[in-house]
Amino acid sequence: MELTIALGIGLLAGCGVWLLLRPRTFQVVLGLSLLSYAVNLFIFVMGWVRGGRPPFVERGVPVDAAAFADPLPQALVLTAIVIAFATTALLLVVLLAARGLTGTDHVDGEEPAE
Amino acid sequence: MIEHLVVAPIVLPLAVAAALLLVDERHHAAKASLSLAGVLALLGIAALLVARADLATTHVYRLGSWPAPFGIVLVADRLSAAMVLLAATLAAAALWFSLARWHRAGPHFHTFVHFLLAGLNGAFLTGDVFNLFVFFELLLAASYALALYGGGAQRVRASLHYIVVNLAASLLFLIGVSLVYGVAGTLNMADIAVRVAALAPADRVLAEIGIGVLAVAFFIKAGMWPLGFWLAPAYAAASAPAAAIFSILTKVGIYAVLRLWLLVFGGTSGAELLAFGGMATLLYGVMGMLASQSLGVLAGYGLLVSSGTLLAAIGLGAAGSTAAGLYYLGVSTLGVAAFFLLIELVERAREAGADMLAVTAEAFGLRSDEKEEELGYAIPAAMAFLGLAFLGCGLVIAGLPPLGGFVAKFALMHALVREEASIPAWSVVALLLASGLAATIAFGRAGVRIFWASERVPPTVRLMEIAPIAALLALSVVLTVLAGPVLDYLGAGARALHAPAAYIEEVVGR
Repeated sequence: MELTIALGIGLLAGCGVWLLLRPRTFQVVLGLSLLSYAVNLFIFVMGWVRGGRPPFVERGVPVDAAAFADPLPQALVLTAIVIAFATTALLLVVLLAARGLTGTDHVDGEEPAE
Repeated sequence: MIEHLVVAPIVLPLAVAAALLLVDERHHAAKASLSLAGVLALLGIAALLVARADLATTHVYRLGSWPAPFGIVLVADRLSAAMVLLAATLAAAALWFSLARWHRAGPHFHTFVHFLLAGLNGAFLTGDVFNLFVFFELLLAASYALALYGGGAQRVRASLHYIVVNLAASLLFLIGVSLVYGVAGTLNMADIAVRVAALAPADRVLAEIGIGVLAVAFFIKAGMWPLGFWLAPAYAAASAPAAAIFSILTKVGIYAVLRLWLLVFGGTSGAELLAFGGMATLLYGVMGMLASQSLGVLAGYGLLVSSGTLLAAIGLGAAGSTAAGLYYLGVSTLGVAAFFLLIELVERAREAGADMLAVTAEAFGLRSDEKEEELGYAIPAAMAFLGLAFLGCGLVIAGLPPLGGFVAKFALMHALVREEASIPAWSVVALLLASGLAATIAFGRAGVRIFWASERVPPTVRLMEIAPIAALLALSVVLTVLAGPVLDYLGAGARALHAPAAYIEEVVGR
């Protein structure tokens, strides 16, 4: 389980970094999205990978910490997802503005000399 | 009631920003008055926080009254209070300046400034790492909007790079935070300090990697070489009031490094990285200053020099250097902010540099021949005022007497040599002197080109535009006159940073 998730995070992050370094703005946006998925999974895993355990403690039942999943990383991931979503939307608008103003989708706003 | 003062610098700008959204764009006067009232109230609150930081070393505010490691705490110690005051001062000057023209150049200028202030104050006050991330995102989101403010191809292109770099940095921030959480099991800064100290060596390595990744994110914000190439173009392209406020954004990164590094590691691991990274930044900034063709780029490299100086001073020295560094932080930020505001006025006198502004004005229907008599009268002998202000900014940034930059650099060199008379310390002193020389050359060259040029247009400069610049420079004079008390205040703050036991005790001890 750990290995699968670790490989998944690595694959997402690798693709994300590669796309981030590409010269077209849309690739950069996709790269940032993939990277943020990798990071979100990473945060999630930091609460340890344990299946089938509830994140809540029931009132009146004796608490054994090992029997519960850590709810805090899940809350952190939620925050991170919302923020990444909002900033990606903003970046898309800037991307469209740059495309409209410069007439090219190159990140530097001009096509490289041949 | 007074204990809620700590949360006021975050709540007030948020409330004002939300209220500003409700006012229609056509009611410029109403928007401006509300915004100015908000920022003046914030200045008052910040001053009160600074004054009250004298009473006790730390003020801890527990949000929702949750006990420390479980809830989020806000901590207003001397450093945080001083940073909040600095941010409010810059925002007040920039808003004042924007009233002449800029705040009508696009929608929601005041709203963005207040959201930026909320993010800045939150980042300075919070005692929780993830909360720091959220406030970073808030201030960055507002800064993206402000970087784009005014529009135009050049701004959009520069902002695109700025946004992508900062988004990538935010992802690094998240990786660092989650690594630290995975090992220490807490997000409260003071609690992290306690738990990291008690970790087994294998886990401690993971925590150090986590803090290291966090530090990379902060270094990107602070513009440390080789992570600071984005800074100068983005800041040079931003509109004048936005760039003036941005001059404190690099300081947020410095603040975060100072706070976390001294708290968690007590200034031991990674000191060389900070010191040599700072020196490299200083060198890069110096070369950039000498090579810069436009004033905006010159100001951007001025910020890099200031970042490099601070990082080197933090990495090398003990409490005395940190105190001098904090004084330098305040003075250099005010100086660069004044310079960013001045650049726009100076550019009006130059045909070549004026084209970008003309395009912007055209895009938003702001013709220069438009009647603007309600904004106050154009001052006579504008060129003389601009020249004097240019000289003042140059003196502050280069660190020449009699303005505050000199006192700051002198105090810094004195503390470095006294506390740490080693080869790195002497190299920093040499680099500081070289940066002063380079800034003098760069400013002298630019000044000759602008003020002694034969074909120039006499610019129309309004009192409302020159007044905030004069106020910022006057503040630098005030800081020079009051250098003793200010340095004492910051010295006590720096000693508290270097001995974090009291901070930890106050946050989690009870």
